[in-house]
Amino acid sequence: MTLFRFFARRPTRTTAPVARERLQILLAHERAVAGGSDLMATLKEEILGVIGRHFPLERDKVQVKLDRGDAFSTLEIDIEVPTLGQGNAAPRLAAAGGAPG
Amino acid sequence: MAKVLVVTSGKGGVGKTTSTAALGAALAQNGKRVVVVDFDVGLRNLDLVMGAERRVVFDLINVIHGDAKLPQALIRDKRLENLSLLPASQTRDKDALTIEGVARVISELREKFDWIICDSPAGIEKGATLAMHHADTAVIVTNPEVSSVRDSDRIIGLLDAKTAKAAAGEKVEKHLLLTRYDPARAARGEMLKVDDVLEILSIPLLSIVPESEEVLRASNVGAPVTLNAPQSTPARAYFDAAKRLQGEKFEVVVPEERRGFMGRLFGRRVA
Repeated sequence: MTLFRFFARRPTRTTAPVARERLQILLAHERAVAGGSDLMATLKEEILGVIGRHFPLERDKVQVKLDRGDAFSTLEIDIEVPTLGQGNAAPRLAAAGGAPG
Repeated sequence: MAKVLVVTSGKGGVGKTTSTAALGAALAQNGKRVVVVDFDVGLRNLDLVMGAERRVVFDLINVIHGDAKLPQALIRDKRLENLSLLPASQTRDKDALTIEGVARVISELREKFDWIICDSPAGIEKGATLAMHHADTAVIVTNPEVSSVRDSDRIIGLLDAKTAKAAAGEKVEKHLLLTRYDPARAARGEMLKVDDVLEILSIPLLSIVPESEEVLRASNVGAPVTLNAPQSTPARAYFDAAKRLQGEKFEVVVPEERRGFMGRLFGRRVA
């Protein structure tokens, strides 16, 4: 019996692809946060200050996102401005730019 | 010109101290003047791995505080005359390290040595950030394991943000040293492969050090593995790493343990 078990092919569970996928998802998130926690917060505050002088802005309607890449990084700023006057559609200011990094 | 190299990882127990000793010895064996500096204040171990634990009189903190001159604290290796050790303090804690003191010691070491290898403590706090602060080059020691890879990613971020080079708008040269690698387990899909780790961390590969009993055997007797078993697979991986650090370019291969017939037959089950 023991001999039989020795030669029997044990089912192998390939767990490495799971590890790889979990890491890729986790690090994509962590890099976005840690990649510039100070910088992102500062940028958001300054944008709120500048745009806020012209439009009433809600804090959570300003999104600042930095994606770190090998060749270049992308800074994405998305500002949703509330409806102005009588039911005009909300103008959306969207800016995106690449920066070396 | 002298080069300051930090051996770092974030996570503990991945092989920083072993790698510092082995790389330091390998560079010294190539004829370079090398000093290995232990930054793990309070938990020093580089002295033990180098086999110099009974020869420590003064340490890094003594030099920083002016209690001893640098030459008094440097311990010359008994096997390689061009290899020295600057031990960490065992009784003080990392708050005894000051940024100005470390800067002074490093600049003094730059005059005496070709390579200054700083063995970083684990973590991302003061000891670790001071160990990397003056680095020209960094070796990031990583195991093919999720927590080690994640911590290495954090450390890479710190190297790009919190070092003197980063402050000057320059980049610390970064190298990945993959340790405790088991090619057989990776082939079976039980362990992250070299390419997986490289793709995730996207820094160049310095060398692959396989899991090997020679590493423990060397630290048991207090000798860098490159001195204790120069023909062994891990030693050859460290010699290759040292050559690449000196600018040689050649292909990194996945090392295979040289096994006899019985070893090949049973190696799989032991692994």
